[in-house]
Parts: sequence; structure tokens; C-alpha cells
Amino acid sequence: MRKIMHAAAAAGLALAVAALPAAAQQKVRIGFITTLSGPQGVIGEHMKNSVELALDHLGRKIGGLDVEVIYGDDQAKPDVGKQVADEMIKKHNVDFVAGVIWSNVMMAVSPAVTGAGKIMVGTNAGPSPLAGEQCHELHVNVSWQNDQTPEAMGKYMSDAGITDVYVMAPNYQAGKDMVTGFKRFFKGRIVDEVYTKFGQTDYQAEISQLRAKNPKAVFVFYPGGMGIQFLKQYDQAGLRGKIPLYSVYTVDEISLPAVGEAALGQWETRFWSPDLKNPANEKYVSDYRKKFGKWPVFYGAQSYDGIMLIDSAVRAVKGNLKDTKALVRAMRQANFNSVRGKFAFNNNNHPIQNFYLLRAEKDASGELVMKIQKTVFENHKDAYHQDCKLKW
Amino acid sequence: MIGLVFEQALNGLQLGVTLFLMAAGLTLVFGIMNLVNLAHGSLYMVGAYLWVAFAKLTGSYVAGVLLALLGTLAVGIAVELVALRTLYERDHLDQVLATFGLILFFNELVAMIWGRAALYAALPAWLSGHVELGELRYPLYRLAIILVGLAVAALLWWVVVRTRLGMLIRAGASNRTMVAALGVNIRLLYTVVFGFGAALAGLAGIMAGPIYSVQPGMGELILIQVFVVIVIGGIGSIRGALAGALIVGMVDTLGRAFLKPLLATFWSPVVADTAGPALASMLIYMLMAAVLALRPEGLFPARA
Repeated sequence: MRKIMHAAAAAGLALAVAALPAAAQQKVRIGFITTLSGPQGVIGEHMKNSVELALDHLGRKIGGLDVEVIYGDDQAKPDVGKQVADEMIKKHNVDFVAGVIWSNVMMAVSPAVTGAGKIMVGTNAGPSPLAGEQCHELHVNVSWQNDQTPEAMGKYMSDAGITDVYVMAPNYQAGKDMVTGFKRFFKGRIVDEVYTKFGQTDYQAEISQLRAKNPKAVFVFYPGGMGIQFLKQYDQAGLRGKIPLYSVYTVDEISLPAVGEAALGQWETRFWSPDLKNPANEKYVSDYRKKFGKWPVFYGAQSYDGIMLIDSAVRAVKGNLKDTKALVRAMRQANFNSVRGKFAFNNNNHPIQNFYLLRAEKDASGELVMKIQKTVFENHKDAYHQDCKLKW
Repeated sequence: MIGLVFEQALNGLQLGVTLFLMAAGLTLVFGIMNLVNLAHGSLYMVGAYLWVAFAKLTGSYVAGVLLALLGTLAVGIAVELVALRTLYERDHLDQVLATFGLILFFNELVAMIWGRAALYAALPAWLSGHVELGELRYPLYRLAIILVGLAVAALLWWVVVRTRLGMLIRAGASNRTMVAALGVNIRLLYTVVFGFGAALAGLAGIMAGPIYSVQPGMGELILIQVFVVIVIGGIGSIRGALAGALIVGMVDTLGRAFLKPLLATFWSPVVADTAGPALASMLIYMLMAAVLALRPEGLFPARA
């Protein structure tokens, strides 16, 4: 009797073990890398919230399969980001790695992911090499290429006949990319180009220099906490209302509540805004506000789109996660209801999409919000896609 | 041009006094208790957060400042009693590890209470104007920071040089064992010094609140510069902290403002564009390296 029991137990165990890989096949695993700690953790929080909201909207399924999302904190550091990605691939055996806020982190994470034969779905950073010469068939970017947004601002300011512009950005890769993008479409005169230390908190010295040059307009790129500090200090120096300030990635739904009135009238360009009119966006914005009690921000909108994009691809290949080529091919159709409305993928797996001019204004309830003023670019392609050898 | 140089000197002075408020507490704690306190920046953050919270609660800027000062003092004393007491006899690596743990603890605590997003912190109307000095338009608030910073420096000098407490602090910095042997309650002295160091860091945080971004981790951004200040000034010396802070404030500000145009007069503008910002952000570290090479004890060593 005892022997039989043992044999039965062993057989049961063997069966269970044998069943494991099969069960694993039925589950989609997504590794989502973002910054969850430190000063920039607030961005990661918005991205994570949006992933969860997308899963809610999909009934906690991806392409009809069960899903497990493993969140990883890159601490805004390239080496940590790569470690987290390696762990997701080797230990958790993920099918997709998504997320990544910072361009320098993306440059470390993406090759690790695509090199392991997994699909990278970038939901923020768009460094130029990955759109150009170093593009990869398994790297899909569902946000934008870095240069695109400042290009839109350069175009708008040029068209508006604005000249004598003072340009400022932090001294790192994305800062240089932004200024390059701006200058690609801005045809007026640039008074001076100033690069400040990344993570600098005090801009009073630079603001004094700026005022001494007496420019007609100022263009800046100061993401995160840097933007909050710059805007406050610009206002306190008495320059708001005197020298108009134009920016990219500086004023958004995260910084607006912290900056308050000091941001009123601020111009930005962006591919998305909470007031963009389409059913997917209206659902996303209203459910986000209901669930989390605050306005969503573009970082979140892109992450929401990233999950929806993965869902559409898994659905298209009928759950055959092994066929990464077919998955990417399905992704390239962008066959889902994006919060930005209809868009297409270019040969380098980066979006071809519209860019809008936004302005910080007070809404009916007196709350500061970003409002779309006009479309600057329609179906705008990034400047690097010719350098990408991919053909579809 | 003269006006601009003067304005940048004022900016440098303002950065210097802010650094001094942080450096004073840090250098005393290091000099007297022989404790490396990486969590000093957390007290700066706590000061800023408490100010925002109390100012909102009471509706008054001044009441917010006073309550936040008391609050940071209390938090500092609590940290000393609960966590740091056990560390005085341990070596510096243990202290660095433990106080780094405190940084993580405070950042997460603040994120749990107030959220990760930066808080809104505005100036009261009576502090938000400008002062006109000829062609110079200087923000009133920055001027107020300079005045408060200099007043606190004078007050500290008076306490350290003219009072019994100051005598004990100076004695403690020179020879701790002797002070204890003479029957002074060294534990109480430690708690008092740490508490006031915390309150000074809190004051720096409170004053930084309206111009910087009040968010978790804000303390670490300034802490590195503060360490540079106390290394340059000489560890444990208030005089050194003041001198170091003013030097670092001036060098950093003037470097950021004038290094690029200066380089452009010697080399091509392209070289100045690339080298200028990089050099300007390295200047204070190069200065620190030079001081360490020529005077390893700092400019004003405490145990001279």
C-alpha cells in the first residue's frame, strides 16, 4: 500500500513538473523597467499606474492569455537598468521588456534585450542611435524619437517669426539631442546656447546671464525636478511675462501642480495631451483620474499604449509567443486604439505621428492644465530613419 | 558688465550662505562626534517638507517657518537618540552604511506621507518682489536668504566663541576624551549639537523650499557640495565651514557664469561651448583636489 502511495505521489509530481512548461506557455510575461525610487520615482509611479489601468481595461489578460507583469526599478542608472533587464530575461523568462524613461538607460537596456532575442517595447526614451544606425528589428518604440518634439517647437517658433532666442538645456545626451532637433527646424537667430550641469538645482547665475543678453524669447529643455526649479526661479527673477518661455518636456501634468501660477502661459510641444479628442484617450484620462485621483501625464499615456500594443500583437499571432518576428510584424500594424489617435510605424519601428502646440492655462474650475492650441506637424517622421537598414 | 559681475557675486554669496547653513551642522557633528552623517541632507528635506505642511496648516509663512524649525530640531534629536547613539564607537564605514540607510528611510517615509510628486511651495507676497539697485534688479527673497544666512553665521560665531556651550563645543572638537574626563555630560552635548545641526539643515531646507523643488531625495543633490565645503574648510571647524561655503558658492557661480565667455576669448567659441560647461561643473572638485594636495587638513583645521 505504502509503495503504491509513493509511486502515485511520484507520478503526480512528475506530471506536475511535466505540466509546468505547458502552463508557462499560456502566460504572457512582461518585464516593465522604470524609475520607481529617488527624485524621479514620480514618473515611474505614473507609468506603473498606466500599465495597471491598461490591464484593468483588458480584463487582466494580454491577447486573451493570463499575464504577469514584473516591475523593475532602474534607479535612473544605465548599469542598474541593464542588470534588471538581464534578471528579467534569465530568471523570469519574460517575453517582452517594456518601459525605460532615460535615453542613457535605454542605450544599455535595449541591446541586452534584443541580443537575447526578446522584444523591447520602449515607452519613453527615444535616443537617436536606436532610431538610426543601431536600429533593431526587435526594438519597437511606442513613444517618440527624442528630436521630434523640439523639432515641432523649432518649426512653430520659426513660423511665428520669433528670433533672437536664448537656448538652455542640461549637459547630457538628451539635452544635446533636444537642441539639435530644435535647430533642425528653427531658422531664426540664436543668441546663445547654454548647457547646465545635469541635476542642477539653482539657475540664478544662468538667469542673470540670460537677462544680460536681453533675448526676445527663451527655449529650454528641463525635465523633472530641474524644470520645476527653473520655472520657479525664472518667475522669481521677474522674467515671466517679460521674455516668453518655450519648452519641451519641462511643463507637464507632474510639474504643473508643483510650479503653479509660475507656469501660466507656458508653451510646450507634445504628441499627446489629456484634452486630445478621441474615445480611447477620453476613456484613459477619465478612468485614470477616477482610479488615481490626478491627471495622467504623457509618460503614462505612452506606457498605456505600450501594453495595448503588446495586447494587439499577441492577439494577432494567436498567442504564439515563440515567433518574435511575427509579433513585431503584428506590432508594426499599430492595430489598436491609441490614446494619441491613429498612427503608423516607420521602417525603424518608431512612430510617424502628429505633434501639437500646448499652452498652460486655467480650466473652468481654475485648475492649471495643458491645452492643445494647434497641430504643428502631421504624420511627422524622425530625422534618422534613413540611416536604419531595416526593410519590411 | 560691472553690474553683471556684482549681480553674480550676490548670487555666489547667496549659494554660499545656503551651503554654510548645511555645512555648519555637518562639520560640527563630524568634528565633535567623529560621525560621518550622510543623512544630513535628509534633515534638509524634512525641514522643507515640514515648512510646506505647517505653512499650509497655519496659513502663515512665519508660523510655518518657526514650527518647521522646531519640528526639524525634534526629528534631529530623535534620530540622534534612536539611531546615531549606537554608532559613535563604530568605524566610519559602519556609520556611512547606517546613515545611508537613514537616507533611504527618510526618502521613503516622505514619499509615503506626501507622495512622490514635488509639492507646491510658493513665496508669500511680501517676499516675492524685487529690489532695484541702479540697473540691478535682484529678487527680494534671495536677498533675504543672504541676510538670514549672514545673521545665523554671526549668531553661531557668538555662541561658539562667547558662550559656555560654545566653549564645550570647541573643547569637544579638540579633545573629546579630555572633555568627558572633566565631568562634562558628553552624551547631552552630542544630542544638543546634533539637534542644532539638524535645525540649521532644516533652516536651509525651509529657505530652499520656495526656489527649489520640494520632493523626495532633494537633500542628496546639495549634500555632495556640502561635503566639498567641509573638506575645503577643514573638518570640524565652523570658521572653515563659512570660508569653504563662501569660496565654493563664489567659484561655482562665477565659473558657471563667466568661464564660457572667458574661454571663448582665448580659444574658438566651439571649444568654449564644449569645455565651458564641463569645466564649470568640475571647478569646485578641482578646487577640493588642490586643497587636499596642498593642505590636507583644510584651510582652517579645527585642531590646529
